[in-house]
Amino acid sequence: MNPLEILRVAIRALLRNTLRSFLTALGIIIGVAAVIAMVAIGEGAKAQVEAQFAAMGTNLLIVMPGSAMAGGARGGFGSQPTLTYDDLRAIQTEVPSVALAAPVLRMQAQLMSEDQNWSTTVQGSTPDYLAIRSWRVLRGVTLTDSDIDSGAKVMLLGQTAAEKLFGPSADPIGQLVRVRNVPFQVVGLLERKGQSPMGQDYDDTAIVPQSTFRARLAPSLGNFIGGNIFVSVKEQAETGKAQQQVTALLRDRHRIGRGGDDDFSIRNMAEVASAQQEGAQTLSTLLASIAAVSLLVGGIGIMNIMLVSVTERTREIGIRMAVGASPGAILAQFLAESLVLALLGGLVGVALGTFTASQLSVQFGWVLKLRPDVIALASGFSALVGVGFGLYPALKASRLDPIAALRFD
Amino acid sequence: MEPVVRLVDVERVYRLGEVELKALAGVSLEVPHGQLVAIVGASGSGKSTLMNVIGCLDRPTAGRYFLDGKDVSTLGRAQLAGVRNRTLGFVFQSFNLLARTSAVENVELPLVYGGLGGKERRRRATEALVQVGLGDRLDHQPTQLSGGQQQRVAIARALVNRPRVLLADEPTGALDSKTSVEVMTLLVGLVATGITVILVTHSHEVAQVAQRVLTMRDGKIIADQLQQPRSPGEVAA
Repeated sequence: MNPLEILRVAIRALLRNTLRSFLTALGIIIGVAAVIAMVAIGEGAKAQVEAQFAAMGTNLLIVMPGSAMAGGARGGFGSQPTLTYDDLRAIQTEVPSVALAAPVLRMQAQLMSEDQNWSTTVQGSTPDYLAIRSWRVLRGVTLTDSDIDSGAKVMLLGQTAAEKLFGPSADPIGQLVRVRNVPFQVVGLLERKGQSPMGQDYDDTAIVPQSTFRARLAPSLGNFIGGNIFVSVKEQAETGKAQQQVTALLRDRHRIGRGGDDDFSIRNMAEVASAQQEGAQTLSTLLASIAAVSLLVGGIGIMNIMLVSVTERTREIGIRMAVGASPGAILAQFLAESLVLALLGGLVGVALGTFTASQLSVQFGWVLKLRPDVIALASGFSALVGVGFGLYPALKASRLDPIAALRFD
Repeated sequence: MEPVVRLVDVERVYRLGEVELKALAGVSLEVPHGQLVAIVGASGSGKSTLMNVIGCLDRPTAGRYFLDGKDVSTLGRAQLAGVRNRTLGFVFQSFNLLARTSAVENVELPLVYGGLGGKERRRRATEALVQVGLGDRLDHQPTQLSGGQQQRVAIARALVNRPRVLLADEPTGALDSKTSVEVMTLLVGLVATGITVILVTHSHEVAQVAQRVLTMRDGKIIADQLQQPRSPGEVAA
């Protein structure tokens, strides 16, 4: 019997029991579809996390001031300004692996345009900050060093803040915005940055020169920085090293002896990013393994039905043997049946899984991440399941005694 | 001339736990080409076992069996399947047609395992069905056919590969007397075309159509008589 003939006989046998064949294949269909959809979801989540960290900047260190101590009660990080503008200059000039460093002062304030008002985060910083965050100005101009030097009352608006103050499509350039009764002129509209990994909207903000911020908005802290220092590292691989160098520099400058606690803390965003990515990867693997289990269950379904089928068709097997079917031909026939079931199920599963993944990606607003290797793997595995779980029933069929099989009722 | 079927001291012993059951206790037999032989005997006499051995569905535990001059008593399962396919045809009491499969496809079945191509297969299956008088029932399924018609499909299936020996196990056991005559007439007619027919039956009436009657008891042939065959019509009347 040639393979085509075997296939023809197998398909005919399956069609004779269409509903049962479909239900059996359904196990594989769901299994394969689940694997593909789950992996796509996992990959989508991973891509999402990666995109968020790309927006944040992964070669980023955030230096935060240390804790205040009041009568033995220790405040959290940032409760006491410990970083100075001299520290900032030292980081800029004395640490070779550092590209840029900028102070970031923050406050929550009510912004007022001519006919709207909106509470948002006002940040005081320098042009370097925008470079560190690789945040470009969409319209208008960016902050300049002379704005800083002169303490100019100029402002850059994030997309969300601009929308709230001036309406969705209005051009805010040149408009006046008052913060604590200080009028600022909007000179630039920032490009959309999206969400932080913690879900905060980066675009709901206004950026002003740090000098203006200190002089006009915030209470004076003298030489202390009332916020954080953002540091970008030249090479992403060097963030760890840069973190150590900055730590050593600041400990030295703050005269912290051996064994003393740091009066500042450094957050390494590359570490946070890799931890988050690891989390996403774990989720992805978990989803895929659950899906793989369902594929296995589908395989067991095939085995179950094939066993029932062999018993039901004992007499048919006997007839086929009597007219000259060798054990090998019977084996091939039943193997072909389970293989066809699994392969067809796999094929439909790929289609269903791809469809489900695309629907889900629309639902979650994620990019569709189909992995061709996973699709190939899932289809290959379903074929393997077909042969693997079909083998035992097929062997059972081929080992039947023709006489007993013919007499079977 | 070499007999088509030659059995030499054939034994078939079944082991049921501790007990040994000798279904065939030393059978020697020669059937020449083109003979119609009836094997009769009560149930348990060993006639079914003998037919299974002759039909290569079962292997003797002792003795030799030469089919068409070839020793088949030592062949493996796959080789026996080939022998059944090429040399033997079977007709059973319960027809044993594949359900939900048309008459012509049922008849094609031995040719499928013989490795014949689709067109040639269909041609020969159609030919065989015409030969048994069912040329107009090619696409009928077994449930759409009467018992006699089903048995004729089975005979066409047994014939389609041009076997040397046709084995019929109670071929009229499930049929009424009128269709029995039709089926028996068909089988008797085959002998004239040069096929050796071995008929297993418990009925002495049916056995009267044969040229030779073997009577079995306790796994042995106790009588081997040549006789003047009577026509199926006479037997029924």
